[in-house]
Amino acid sequence: MTKVLHAFTTEVPEWRPRVKPVALADATPAQLEALQVTPSNTKVSDYVLVLAHDVETLKVRSPLFNAIMYGRGGLSRAERELGAVGASLVNRCIYCAAVHASRYNQLAKDGAVMEAVFAGDEDARLDERQSAILRFATRLSRAPSEAGLEDVRRLKDAGLSDAEVLDLILSASLFGWANRLMHTLGDPLAGDRTDAGSGQ
Amino acid sequence: MTKDVVVEQAGVKPGEAVHEALLARADILAMTQATHDAALLPEDPGGISHAQRAALACRISRRHGDAGLTSHYDVLMRKASATAEVMRVADPAYTGEGRIGALIAYTDLASMVPRDVGADDIEALKAAGIVDADIVRLAELNAFLAYQIRLIAGLKLLRA
Repeated sequence: MTKVLHAFTTEVPEWRPRVKPVALADATPAQLEALQVTPSNTKVSDYVLVLAHDVETLKVRSPLFNAIMYGRGGLSRAERELGAVGASLVNRCIYCAAVHASRYNQLAKDGAVMEAVFAGDEDARLDERQSAILRFATRLSRAPSEAGLEDVRRLKDAGLSDAEVLDLILSASLFGWANRLMHTLGDPLAGDRTDAGSGQ
Repeated sequence: MTKDVVVEQAGVKPGEAVHEALLARADILAMTQATHDAALLPEDPGGISHAQRAALACRISRRHGDAGLTSHYDVLMRKASATAEVMRVADPAYTGEGRIGALIAYTDLASMVPRDVGADDIEALKAAGIVDADIVRLAELNAFLAYQIRLIAGLKLLRA
């Protein structure tokens, strides 16, 4: 099955690149280092092998991604995932939305929020804090000028500290980046579920 | 805090609440600056020169109405000794032709409406003679700019 997906899902799809991934056998020492390939770990996703074409950026972006999504303190991991999903919805990155909606579900142990978000029914189902987070991420993603002081005030009224709002700005902005790679350089495919990448 | 394009553009000053929050994320700021350098000033720029990268970044910043960042990339473009032809890329009204026209067409779509980028748009880059590695470099440049512009805009809101 190689049908290109156009609808949002929490089932992580396959990802088929639109450009040729770097072949591991041809990779330069710098590419192998950025890919963190070791003799005991030679399984690398097509997505990361595509990004290896720009090894200087890949090398610094992977640790940045991890720091923004998993760094200690600040906004909860689930709420950072909500920011990532908000961006992915705006940019229609089916692959990123699936990976990060499923991560949200694992972290929050609740599938109802993502069901409501994908159904466009978030106003009815999200609590005020979740709703304020999703709205801010959505507006910042559409166009930075769409996010306003009122949106930040709503976040603070919902109990977010400056440090938490900063983490939300970071996760939503980071997915402005990730979506422009994942969504433009490849297609999400329905079919057998495989480890096609980490949605970065 | 060392020199940092995002902090400088957002105008964050020591003593502000936002500055305190950023200190706790100093690792992220340092890595953000490293990605700026990797996307704009790579040691191996491949088929997209430093001048072309800065010109495209200038165009994107201008289309987003970010005057400060436009000025930052204008300086980078001039430091890279951009020719008059490359400098035209920074003008959103210029659409170009051939290879440069293809770089601009992808950039305009990916920076403003990435949801509309499809397989045809990547095929158009290939048809213009842009090799796969340069397509990835172009996508990373656009992707980094999207992140940077939003981070700066968000910090300005948080400071206000």
